[in-house]
Amino acid sequence: MKELSLNILDIAENSVKAKATLTEILLDETDNRLTLTIKDNGCGMTAEILANVTDPFCTTRTTRKVGLGLPFLKLQAEQTGGNLKIASKYIDDFPQEHGTTVTATFNKNHIDYTPLGDVVSSIITLIHGHPDTDFLFLHKLCSKEISLDTRQVREILGDIPLNSFEVIKWIEEYLKEQYSEN
Amino acid sequence: MKTLAELQAIKEKMKNKVVLREGGEAIRVVVGMATCGISAGARPVLNTLVEEVNNSGLASKVTVSQTGCIGLCQYEPIVEIIEAGKEKVTYVKIDAEKAKRIVKEHLDGGKVVTEFTIANQNA
Repeated sequence: MKELSLNILDIAENSVKAKATLTEILLDETDNRLTLTIKDNGCGMTAEILANVTDPFCTTRTTRKVGLGLPFLKLQAEQTGGNLKIASKYIDDFPQEHGTTVTATFNKNHIDYTPLGDVVSSIITLIHGHPDTDFLFLHKLCSKEISLDTRQVREILGDIPLNSFEVIKWIEEYLKEQYSEN
Repeated sequence: MKTLAELQAIKEKMKNKVVLREGGEAIRVVVGMATCGISAGARPVLNTLVEEVNNSGLASKVTVSQTGCIGLCQYEPIVEIIEAGKEKVTYVKIDAEKAKRIVKEHLDGGKVVTEFTIANQNA
């Protein structure tokens, strides 16, 4: 992956596939460190799957027996001296509070750090593909915080789909504007 | 400065559109967005298709959607065009510029861009 924002898009798809109604994408960034957290309230994983989930030969896909989403993210974190942690509560064991949290840390000053890239593009792509589930995006920088909560957007829009072109464009501008503000 | 209140105006505008849209969706454009597609560059392809379809006034008859792995990872980014009564067209190794041509020539002009189709690939 050329940008970490592409990993975000890829990993968040797992949350949607796990039937999450809310997927939180949190970026906590300082001058030399980035922590990425993707937290969902989906069905979670069994202990057995959790133990093998960063193995490329463990996958939910049906078209072939290789899944590289989490292995890629793990590699990209570890090659900067960071790490990847995954915690999960499986729905059968935790009927009330289930879901998966993926946390990756990166040393931004390491030569092998993959730049974050166009994170706004990934967020709008997720919303476009999954208009019926909610996303909370929060990017904490030293000087400011950029955020979007589709639950707020949905409350205003009512039954207008979130992937309507006008809405997607509005979300894109809304996020871009927050990044460009001083 | 964008505010959440602006969404109210979008909602009012959209209400009429939703009614117009019903019935007329003839063409489905599907982009593979699994790990293979994303890493090969599917994100800008998808966003270009969405943008161009709307800017070309085709939104009433064309929907752009995402799917998982199509099973031909080496050919990603893949764009499929599905139209009732016609054979599915599979475009392979698409980028943003090729996506623009697909919208203009195929979706708007009705002519398959054969040079991008999977049938036209050697390996």
